[in-house]
Amino acid sequence: MTGFRRRRLPEHRSSTLGARRYGSSSPRVLQARHRYLTGAVLGVAALVLAAGGCSSSGGGGSSSNEPVKLTWWHNANNNPGRDFWKKVADEYHAAHPNVTIDVVPIQNEQLRSKIAVALQGQNPPDLFQQWGGGEMADQANAGKLMDLTDKVKTELANIGTAASGWQANGKQYGLPYTLGIVGFWYNKDLFAKAGITSPPATWDELLADAQKLKAAGIAPISLGGRDRWPDAFYWDYLAVRMCSQQVMQQSATDFNFSDPCWAQAGQKVQQLLGAQPFNKGFLATPAQQGATSSAGLLANGKAAMELQGHWNPSVMTSLTPNGKGLGDKLGWFPFPEVSGGAGTAGSALGGGDGFSCSVKAPPACVDFLKYLVSPEVQKRWAALNIGPPVAKGAEAGVSDPNLRMVIDARSKAPFVQLYLDIAYGSNVGQALNDAIAQQFAGSKSPQQVVSAIAEAAKNR
Amino acid sequence: MTLAGSADQRDELGTPPDHTTRPAPGRSSTRPGAGRSQLRRRLEIALFISPALVLYLVFVVLPIALAAYYSLYHWNGLGPINDFIGLGNYRRAFQDDAFRKAITHNFILVGLSLAVQGPLALGLALLLNRRLRGRALLRLVTFAPYVISEAITAVLWLLILQPDGLLDKTLQAAGLGSLVHLWLADTGLVLYTLFVVITWKYVGFAIILFLAGLQGIPNELHEAAAIDGAGELRRIRHITIPLLGPTIRIWAFLTIIGSLQLFDLVWIMTLGGPANASNTMATYMIDRGFTRSQFGYGSAVAVILFAISLVFAISYQRYVLRRDVEGALTRMAG
Repeated sequence: MTGFRRRRLPEHRSSTLGARRYGSSSPRVLQARHRYLTGAVLGVAALVLAAGGCSSSGGGGSSSNEPVKLTWWHNANNNPGRDFWKKVADEYHAAHPNVTIDVVPIQNEQLRSKIAVALQGQNPPDLFQQWGGGEMADQANAGKLMDLTDKVKTELANIGTAASGWQANGKQYGLPYTLGIVGFWYNKDLFAKAGITSPPATWDELLADAQKLKAAGIAPISLGGRDRWPDAFYWDYLAVRMCSQQVMQQSATDFNFSDPCWAQAGQKVQQLLGAQPFNKGFLATPAQQGATSSAGLLANGKAAMELQGHWNPSVMTSLTPNGKGLGDKLGWFPFPEVSGGAGTAGSALGGGDGFSCSVKAPPACVDFLKYLVSPEVQKRWAALNIGPPVAKGAEAGVSDPNLRMVIDARSKAPFVQLYLDIAYGSNVGQALNDAIAQQFAGSKSPQQVVSAIAEAAKNR
Repeated sequence: MTLAGSADQRDELGTPPDHTTRPAPGRSSTRPGAGRSQLRRRLEIALFISPALVLYLVFVVLPIALAAYYSLYHWNGLGPINDFIGLGNYRRAFQDDAFRKAITHNFILVGLSLAVQGPLALGLALLLNRRLRGRALLRLVTFAPYVISEAITAVLWLLILQPDGLLDKTLQAAGLGSLVHLWLADTGLVLYTLFVVITWKYVGFAIILFLAGLQGIPNELHEAAAIDGAGELRRIRHITIPLLGPTIRIWAFLTIIGSLQLFDLVWIMTLGGPANASNTMATYMIDRGFTRSQFGYGSAVAVILFAISLVFAISYQRYVLRRDVEGALTRMAG
C-alpha cells in the first residue's frame, strides 16, 4: 500500500506508471481530518456506499452509424498522460464521428475503489483501467468483464506474452499498454566509492557488495517498509528465483503453497535481513513520500540502491532539492541470480497498466481499445518516456537510457511474473504483503509467512 | 434539530393553562377542540422534521442496517451477495490476532488519554486561567495544534520523528543522544509515540473545554474558602474540580469515543505497522474491508467497532452523564 507517492510526483510519471501502486488510502486520508468524526458510523456508511454507488455510461448502439457514447476511466490524471489520452480519444472521435468518448481521468488509488463500486452498480464505465491478475479474475468471475479473446487476436499477436497478466481462466479480459519490471536502481558514485566496479549479478555478490558499502559508511539499500509492498518485492523476486515458472503460475489459480521453494524464498529474505543492509528505521520508512522516504534516500545520496519499479527515477527527481534526482549518476541492474533455485535465469517480476471493457459495453469499446494499443499510438506513447510500451516496435520510441535498460531486461526475460499481490488479487495479495512485512519486522519466520498466505487463501 | 424542537416544546409546556385559551403569538387560534390542535401540532412536527429524518434514515440508519446485513456474508464487493456464513465473520475477527491486538491498542489509548491528557490539560488550564503576561498568546499556542488538520499533523510528526530527524538531532545536540530511538520503526514503541502525537494535538481541545468550565465557577466560592483559610490546593481539590465535573465528564466522553475511532493519524504515519504494532480497529477495518476487498468481513469489523462505541456511549450517558444532562433535556409531553 502506498503512502503519499502521488502527492509529490512529477507530473509525467504519476499520471500512469508511478501511480501503479494501489490499495492506499492516502488521498482519502488527506481529505478526512477529524479524529472525533463518528468513525464507526462513517465506516459502516462507507462500506455500504461502496456497494451501492453509481456511475454513468452510455449503453449501446451496435450498427456503425448509430450514435454511441463511451465512458472511459483511466488513471492518467496528470500530464503528459492526461493530455495524451484526451488527444487519442479526440482522434478516434474524428475518425468515427458517431462515437463520443467521455474521458474521465481519476487518481489511481481513488480509481481502484471507484471501479469496484461501479462494477457492482448498474452503470459501470465502458472502458476502464485494468491492472490484471487476481482482482481482474474476480471481476471476470462475477461476470462484469467482456471476453476479448476472439476480438483482439491481431493485437494479442502483436503484444505477445506481455498480455498474459490480463488473462483469466484462459480468456483475455483486458489488454495492457505498458509493462515494466522491478530492478535495482543504484547510485554509480556511491558504488565507486565503495570500490564496486560492476553491479552485482548474483545474490552472493549483492550480499558482498552490501558489506563493502557498509564498510565505506554508506547505507547499502533503502527500503520503504512502512508501505509493505516494497518488502514484498524482495520476497516475490526471490520466489521467482527459487520456484519454477510452473509453480509460480499455478499458485495464482490453485493457491497451493506446499512446494518448499516458497519457504526457501523466505529463507533468502532472512539471509538478507541478517546482513542488515537497509537504511535505519526502514520499517517505518515510506516508499515515496519526502526526502527521507526510500526513494528520497537514494535520490539524495543517502543510500546506494533500491529495489523498485520502473517509475522510480521520476519519483526520485521530485524528492531532490534541485528537482533533478541523481541524473546520470543513476544506474539500473536486474535482480541478481540466485544459485540453487528452480526459476529460469533472467525471469523477472513486474506489472503494468491496461484496460478492460465492461460486459455491457458497446462494440465500439473494443474497437477503441484496439486503437489505444495499436503500434502507432503505442509509439507516440513510448515517446513520452513514462514507461515501457508493449506493442512490438514501439520500444524504439523510448529515449530514456534507464528505461531502455528496463525494456531490454524485460524483452530478454523468459517469463515475467506479475507482482504477486496483483496476481493473487487484493485479498490474498495484501495478506501476503502483510506477512512479508512482519517477517521484515522480525515477527514471522519464513515458514509462518507461507502459512499466512495459505490461511488467507482459505478465507478467500 | 432536536434542540430547536425541544426548546419549542418547553415553551409550550411552560404555559400549559394558557395554551388552549389564548393563541400563541403568530399562530392562529387552536380552537375548537384540543384533539384537532394536537393532531395539527403533530403534523407540523412531522412536516418539519421529515427532511432531516429522511437524511438521517438514509445516511445513518440504513447504512448501519446494511452493514449488519453484509457482515453475515462472505462477499468481495463484486459478485452477488449469496454466500451466507452467519456469524462466521465475527468469529474470524475475534480469532484474528491482529484484530485482538487492534482492540487492545484502542483500549491502551483510551486509558492513556484519560490518565495523561486529563491531568495535563487540567494543570495547563489552571495555569492559563491565572492572570499572567501573554496569556492570550499562550492560550493560542496550546490550542493551535487542535486546529491543524489531522493529516497535516501526521505528516509534520512523520518528518520530526524520522531517524536522524528533528527530534533525534535535538536530543543529540542536547547531549541526550542515548535517548534516541527508532520512534516509529520500533514495534514496542510505536504506539506510545503515536500517543504523544495524539496528546500534542488534542490536549489543546481539553484545555479550551476546561477553561470554559473554569469561567463558570463563581469567584465568591474561592474567596469564601480563602477567608476560611483554605489553601490553593485545597480549593482546587474541593471547589474547582468538583465544579468542573460536568466539563471533565464531557471531555472524557469525547476522548474515549475519539480514541476508539482513531484512524487518520495512524493511517498516515504507520499504516498500522510495523507488523500491526499500531493498528487500531478503524485502520484494521479499512485495511480488510477496502484494501483487501473483504467487504463482508470489513462490515463485521465495522459493526463490532460500532457496537463497542454504542454500548460505551449509552452506558456513559446512562450512568455518568445522567446528572449533567438531566436539566437540559425535555421530556415528551404527556
